[in-house]
Amino acid sequence: MLTAEEIHEIKEEFHLYPYKQAACIEALKVVQKHRRWVSDENVKDLAGLLEMSAEEIDSVATFYNLIYRKPVGKYVILLCDSVSCYIMGYETVLQHLERTLGIKYGETTKDDRFTMLPVPCLGTCDHAPAMMVGKDLYRDLTPEKIDEILNSYK
Amino acid sequence: MERPLTKNIRPDGKPVFIKEYESLGGYQSVKKALKMQPKEVTELVKKSNLKGRGGAGFNTGLKWSFVPMEGEFEHKYLVANGDEMEPGTFKDRLLIEGDPHQLIEGMIVTAFAIQADEGYIFIRGEYAYAADVVAKALAEAYEAGYLGSNIMKTGYKFNLHLHTSVGRYICGEETALLNSLEGKRANPRAKPPFPQVSGLFGQPTIVNNIETLCNIPHIINNGVEWYNGLSLTPGDGGTKLFGASGKVKKPGLWELPFGVTLRELLEDYAGGMQDGLKFKGCLPGGASTDFLVAEHLDIKMDYASVAAAGSRLGTGTMIVLDDKTCPVGMVLNLEHFFAQESCGFCTPCREGLPWTEKILRKIEEGKGEMKDLDILQFHTKFMGPGNTFCALAPGAMAPLQSALKYFREDFELHIKEHKCSWK
Amino acid sequence: MAKIKINGKELEVDPKKNLLEASISAGFDVPYFCWHPKLGSIGSCRQCAVVKYRDENDKVGRVVMSCMEPASEGSIISTDAPQAVEFRSNVIEALMTNHPHDCPVCDEGGECHLQDMTVMSGHTTRRYEFEKRTHKNQYLGPFINHEMNRCIQCYRCVRYYRDYAGGDDLNVFSSRNRVYFGRANDGVLESEFSGNLVEVCPTGVFTDKTLKKHHTRKWDLTTAPSVCVHCSVGCNTIAGERYGSVRRIYSRYNEQVNGYFLCDRGRFGYEFVNSDQRIKKYIIPAATEGVTKTTAFDFIAKALKGKKIVGIGSPRASLETNFTLKQLVGSENFSIGLSKLDYQLAKLAVDTLKNGSVKSPSLKEVEQSESVFVLGEDVTQTAPMLALAIRQAIKNLVKPKADKAGIPQWNDAPVREVIQSAHGPLHIAAPVATRLDDVATTTYYNAPENIARLGYAVAHYINNKLVLPSGLSEEVKILAGKIAADLMASAKPLVVSGVHCKNEDIIKAASDVATALKEAGKSVSLSLTFEESNSFGVVLIEGKPLEVLFDDAKTAKAEILIVVENDLYRRLSKERVDSCLSQFEQVIVLDHNCTSTTKKATVILPVGTFTEADGTFVNQEGRAQRFYQVFVPESDTAESWRRIAELAKAIEKPVVGESFFDFTKAVANSIPQCKGINGIAPPPDYKIEGQKVPRESHRYSGRTAMKANINVHELKPAEDLDSPMSFTMEGFHGEAPSALTTSYWSPGWNSVQSINKYQIEVGGALHGGDPGLRLVEPVVKGTYYQSIPDAFKVSSKGLVAVPVYKIFGSEELSAKAPAVKERSGEAFVVLSTADAVKQGLKEGETVEISMGNQITSMNVIIMKELAEGLAGISAGYCGVNPELSEVSFKK
Ligand SMILES: Cc1cc2nc3c(=O)[nH]c(=O)nc-3n(C[C@H](O)[C@H](O)[C@H](O)COP(=O)(O)O)c2cc1C
Ligand code: SF4
Ligand code: FES
Repeated sequence: MLTAEEIHEIKEEFHLYPYKQAACIEALKVVQKHRRWVSDENVKDLAGLLEMSAEEIDSVATFYNLIYRKPVGKYVILLCDSVSCYIMGYETVLQHLERTLGIKYGETTKDDRFTMLPVPCLGTCDHAPAMMVGKDLYRDLTPEKIDEILNSYK
Repeated sequence: MERPLTKNIRPDGKPVFIKEYESLGGYQSVKKALKMQPKEVTELVKKSNLKGRGGAGFNTGLKWSFVPMEGEFEHKYLVANGDEMEPGTFKDRLLIEGDPHQLIEGMIVTAFAIQADEGYIFIRGEYAYAADVVAKALAEAYEAGYLGSNIMKTGYKFNLHLHTSVGRYICGEETALLNSLEGKRANPRAKPPFPQVSGLFGQPTIVNNIETLCNIPHIINNGVEWYNGLSLTPGDGGTKLFGASGKVKKPGLWELPFGVTLRELLEDYAGGMQDGLKFKGCLPGGASTDFLVAEHLDIKMDYASVAAAGSRLGTGTMIVLDDKTCPVGMVLNLEHFFAQESCGFCTPCREGLPWTEKILRKIEEGKGEMKDLDILQFHTKFMGPGNTFCALAPGAMAPLQSALKYFREDFELHIKEHKCSWK
Repeated sequence: MAKIKINGKELEVDPKKNLLEASISAGFDVPYFCWHPKLGSIGSCRQCAVVKYRDENDKVGRVVMSCMEPASEGSIISTDAPQAVEFRSNVIEALMTNHPHDCPVCDEGGECHLQDMTVMSGHTTRRYEFEKRTHKNQYLGPFINHEMNRCIQCYRCVRYYRDYAGGDDLNVFSSRNRVYFGRANDGVLESEFSGNLVEVCPTGVFTDKTLKKHHTRKWDLTTAPSVCVHCSVGCNTIAGERYGSVRRIYSRYNEQVNGYFLCDRGRFGYEFVNSDQRIKKYIIPAATEGVTKTTAFDFIAKALKGKKIVGIGSPRASLETNFTLKQLVGSENFSIGLSKLDYQLAKLAVDTLKNGSVKSPSLKEVEQSESVFVLGEDVTQTAPMLALAIRQAIKNLVKPKADKAGIPQWNDAPVREVIQSAHGPLHIAAPVATRLDDVATTTYYNAPENIARLGYAVAHYINNKLVLPSGLSEEVKILAGKIAADLMASAKPLVVSGVHCKNEDIIKAASDVATALKEAGKSVSLSLTFEESNSFGVVLIEGKPLEVLFDDAKTAKAEILIVVENDLYRRLSKERVDSCLSQFEQVIVLDHNCTSTTKKATVILPVGTFTEADGTFVNQEGRAQRFYQVFVPESDTAESWRRIAELAKAIEKPVVGESFFDFTKAVANSIPQCKGINGIAPPPDYKIEGQKVPRESHRYSGRTAMKANINVHELKPAEDLDSPMSFTMEGFHGEAPSALTTSYWSPGWNSVQSINKYQIEVGGALHGGDPGLRLVEPVVKGTYYQSIPDAFKVSSKGLVAVPVYKIFGSEELSAKAPAVKERSGEAFVVLSTADAVKQGLKEGETVEISMGNQITSMNVIIMKELAEGLAGISAGYCGVNPELSEVSFKK
């Protein structure tokens, strides 16, 4: 069941588009904002709200990499794995993250704090390597910096 | 040297909001443009030689002129393309985060020129901060009467909304972007019909890059002559955001006239290569452009010159390859990106890119064979322009085909030595 | 017309087509996947590449996708230029990187579009040496098997299922090379037209589960042209048999009728032919010894001697069968097998088309309509393919929008983008919610009387000389005004109605609306549905309603009753049939499956189903269509008409004719309306190059071994004296006249896509014209019925029953097919929310219902759309009283 708050926020988006089905992506974002990820049940509930089929919602949801259809931790780490970060050695950053957190791409830490995913170029190539934790961007990464950053997310 | 696009941007990058923006001469172009005929605005922009900064470099005013100005339409739309997911590209972020009202101002004038009544600023999902900045700036602009149903009491109506995306490089392709805005899967659309005729929700639509739109106020304010005078290259109007990433001393982003040389960019602005490293080559305008190498260092950075050298100016942000970084690994990284980001609609891209990636990985891992190079070469043709549904796959083939040309011995070395000698 | 050049050949083509269509129509083989004549182009597969030249001087040209290029004046292309040939082969290579090499165990093998295109493209050697991606398959219900690894991502399935057929529970998921086509979760595909996926999918992703369980190849099937027996639309089919069991139904292209498609009832309902309820022996329940054909006929000859005989035909039996029975018993003693009410309804519908000024449209014409008004029908359940055609029709109004934007109609995605969700006017008035409501402009749910009244009001607003029913609410008047305005605003309105509300006034009102539109100068058509495959035909044959026949038989003291292919218990209440049957000494029943009626028979004669019989049906359009025996069964089953003729001989009352053609000619000569039906297919002595048309392919295998357990010498194959077809692979393997298409095949084209080769131009008429003959055409001046019923009043005595039809479950024969049975569920009663509250009933609950003197248990369905005072009763379900009456609940 979607919460009243979620429904309200989704309905707010309707007026931005000529018909409510066009707010499909917005609706998915709202659910994800509140629940970290979008479950099968959420997809069905959204289908009811937007008068679409679950298939129509899920077709869209599964296309985009920033809509999570599996559970994620409290913070999602998006580590840039594109070319500038490659040149600047993001792989050492990745190894450090893997060792520190004990997870690989697509996995979530046991304490449910972090999920780590690769992401294409974060558009801050002059400060590579880069990553995001939640909504926050971190640049010019080094293993030392990473420890500090991770510690600030409780 | 004038830097109209970035002149307001603070060294710390903190956004300029409306009060300050107005005090710096902001929104003057709206006042001016609303007194003109829409067609005059378009004509002016056409003459300014402003070319699209999204990568394709098409004359912006000419593109606008394809929007039908007669006839009844439910709506006409203007969309700012702030998807910026091309690897190595980091220019639009600066403009959105640093000077959001410049973009809004550019969009109001553009909307007026094509008589659009609704607009969207499409920003990639990861640009969370940029989205916050734009949201605030939009609220300010509505408040100040620059947006809404009676702009500056002229009766002109333009509503502008923010849309944050949820990933996928293909959303940057303008027709895929429109599908995404409609809440659909971001598959590109067939052209023709072009968006100018049938775009968002089937209505006439213009999609322009953020940087493109940021140029508009300055053209209106200062005129065509001034604008063309900014550039060192006749035929390319204005300035361009150029950037460099990779192992250069001072990676960064600079607003410069068209026609600076690649060498100037690399040596004067980016400070040259890091100590102990040599320049091996670069992708001059993002991941989907062809490599340029040392012999090209003296070419001028403008659309025609870069094309003559066998590459594309693209987004103008170059990725520099040094001699200690494996070129095969770099190309593998690129093709991995493109294979991941294929939308899966057309056959060559959907099937060809993963195959390409697998062969490159095989070579990088030291398991390659000479025949693999032929298959790679084959793919660069197979996914060439016209063969695929959109420009993603041909873009993906640009770095590969040029790497096979310039760095062939490095590929062969991997194969002969059964390992990557850079590791 | 545009002048274009393909491979140096100058052609005149329709510039509204694309270059792929033009090339194929001109006979050039260009491979393709994502394009489909009914779905248009999207340009995703990149398989149809050709080289296009700027002008005569351009010798290089560039590779373009022929499906995405208009056939505009002056186009010059080459389909065999080396760049194009190479690129097409590369596209196949790319597709093959992930396609499993499981052709030997794949059900599509041998009729696979991908196989054909692979061979055509010339790709042979594999260079890809990595792993293939794999997917999980889904359970999609009893009809369709899912095998996603075989997918080549042509997007046709979702475009067909969603965009064409209006389904919403199939889609594409994920992106890049992980794209997946299926449902969000495992589950039954809900669309009534899901079976077409089998033909639309170019590989073996979606295959026919009923065929799959037999492991049979296309080339091993014995096939013949047939006509669907499961509703009155009469879709053309090809039925295929092997080892004595029928194994699949495929759609047989007919531009005027079903085009490329079928509904799921038509495709999967056939398994009643293989049912264990089949009657394959002569049965005399009272006999003490084993019954053979001889003893059975001896018994009949003796029992019938000097007795008065009456006969009951059937709307599910052919013209020839009904006619022969009528000959045997005489007009006075013949019933067409319908109750009084059903006969009146069917006759009214036929008379309306026969004597009215409005044309009954073919489905193709339905598709071309521009506004639609449906009265009293849930068309998807009662005439499914008509519903699919209506779905296409309402897309027409918006097509000019695409024209205006300069987008050719074949350019599917852009057309859709311009149109968005807009569609033309569709107004539906029905007792219950219908499956077309999702695209309806307005819906009106009410009692049949009130639907008729709405219809008359619409007629009034079209022609104000017609009476406006008194006492209509403002709301209904406004609605009627809007419907009238929409119909009047379009050049080609369509009115749809039929017999399924069991209410004559609805048909009359529909006819009045259509007539008024006609008088207003509209190119209007009127499509009326009937209950069964030959309802229209038996009305033309004429006979008495059942009640009258029984009464007259009683008065005349008739002793013998012959019932042919009819379960009387589906026509009249149990009580009544029981008592009527008991008045006869002998009840001789000819049927192919056990029914409640065969249980009461004193003699049962086995007869063939549509796959073991030749015959002619008349569909709801009034089109006579021929179906042919597919195979010779091992048991002694023959067509009913043949059986009746034998019976006639046994009692020395011979009827005219011996072979099928004699009977067809007799019908044509004796019934004015049936004139010409003997000409709808070539006569039995017709030959091409001195040969018959074979029912088996030139690749048919196992023939010499099939009967080796009986005799090691190959048995002499059966001869077919009734048709110009042979039962074997011997014969002419080229293209036969369209009425004799036993399968689609052309060199290099083993899949159904070879239909292209049978058409004058792709998506158009078949060579030599589409088979079938329209028996009724409109007259110049129509008349109005103007029989306005009183408004419906909620009865104090109980709820008034209205029949509710289900595509799976309501129809007699398909309900015996296991796959359909799985979808049909139990008998049900639909109640309005208010009545459910009043009765204290909940959704899903089982309740005892009494109708007349009969008590049945039914599942409760609550529907907010149903009007108070009505009870929707599942029509045609086993045990449900067919005589509608008031309904009360047994506590
Ligand atoms: C795969 C692909 C990705 C693209 N990504 C972007 C992008 O992120 N931002 C952008 O402005 N243009 C992008 N483009 C170009 C757009 O399609 C379009 O040409 C551009 O937004 C038009 O704006 P302009 O005329 O101002 O350059 C992309 C094109 C392709 C083929
Ligand atoms: S080239 Fe084809 S598959 Fe690739 S992104 Fe474009 S349309 Fe999608
Ligand atoms: S048939 Fe033309 S691209 Fe698929």
